[in-house]
Amino acid sequence: MLESLAVLLLCQLLGELFVLYLELPVPGPVVGMIILFIGLMIRGNIPDELSITANGLLEQLSLLFVPAGVGVLTHLTLLGEHWLPLSASLIVSTLLTLAITGLLMQHLAKEEK
Amino acid sequence: MDTRVASLWVYLSASPLLHLTLTVCFFVIARWLYRKAGRRSWMNPVLVSVLSLVAILVITDTPYEVYFEGAQFVHFMLGPATVALAIPLYRQCESLKRHPVALAVSLLIGSLTAALSAIFIAKLGGVSEQALISIAPKSVTTPVAMGISETLGGLPSLTAVVVILTGILGASLGPWLLDKLNITNPMAKGLAMGTASHGIGTGRAIYMGDVAAAFSGLAMGLNGLATTILLPLIWGWFMK
Repeated sequence: MLESLAVLLLCQLLGELFVLYLELPVPGPVVGMIILFIGLMIRGNIPDELSITANGLLEQLSLLFVPAGVGVLTHLTLLGEHWLPLSASLIVSTLLTLAITGLLMQHLAKEEK
Repeated sequence: MDTRVASLWVYLSASPLLHLTLTVCFFVIARWLYRKAGRRSWMNPVLVSVLSLVAILVITDTPYEVYFEGAQFVHFMLGPATVALAIPLYRQCESLKRHPVALAVSLLIGSLTAALSAIFIAKLGGVSEQALISIAPKSVTTPVAMGISETLGGLPSLTAVVVILTGILGASLGPWLLDKLNITNPMAKGLAMGTASHGIGTGRAIYMGDVAAAFSGLAMGLNGLATTILLPLIWGWFMK
């Protein structure tokens, strides 16, 4: 458990340092995820212990969004002023993404037989 | 108010323990309600607990900074949890071997559609640049989307809320739309759900069968990577 947590934190730290050093506009934890992914590819499997710790953490993932989500409190005026374009944007963009991704994949998978 | 009760409140409102406890308890209750209500997507426990906590803070006149003093202990785990997403992504990589070109093209176009259409529509409505970049990663899984938003100068808290709303929209409207458009291929259905509406959409795609679920999970991971790389480039071009 602790070893796995150390691995996760170490990957995150490496990711953060990488981003900071190269001044990339990319979140450090995502680079950490790529580092861990490459590590798993090299190893060829997932260590059991890491799998258990990661699953435990990911099962509680939703809870981890709450503190940041509550921050919407500080943007209530912004939401009040722009609720219409914001909701239009979310609805139309979500439907468009579903349609384009689905239609393309269905069409291309047929071609690629 | 009784002075002893008043002094208790003074202690509690200054201690990080109160808001940490409230965060965890509200989430546990919201999740219980969600399960009781048959896991309906609009009862999403994150949305319900966020809205209830916002109401409590407004009523008690508590500034967000004070709340965050306590909640930061939960928030901190978001980083290691994002790193841990490498594990499900690695597991789903088997699915990549089927139709790799079709998958890559559909995913990239889907990812660009999600970000660009959100930016353009909101821009037409006169939304500020900071809000635009906050909603651009709306289809990406929450921890990654918040990271992207913060890195590009957006408001991560606004991102968290629009990401969850997008997930709910995709999970509720997705099956209907895919059916209307005659999208029957399970790979296509899964890919569309995961690209447009991340984990919440993937939760719905599980009911479309194993293939759709695997492709949805894979799409969610890959869309996070694609948006992380593409959005800074698009944004740089857009700001010119």
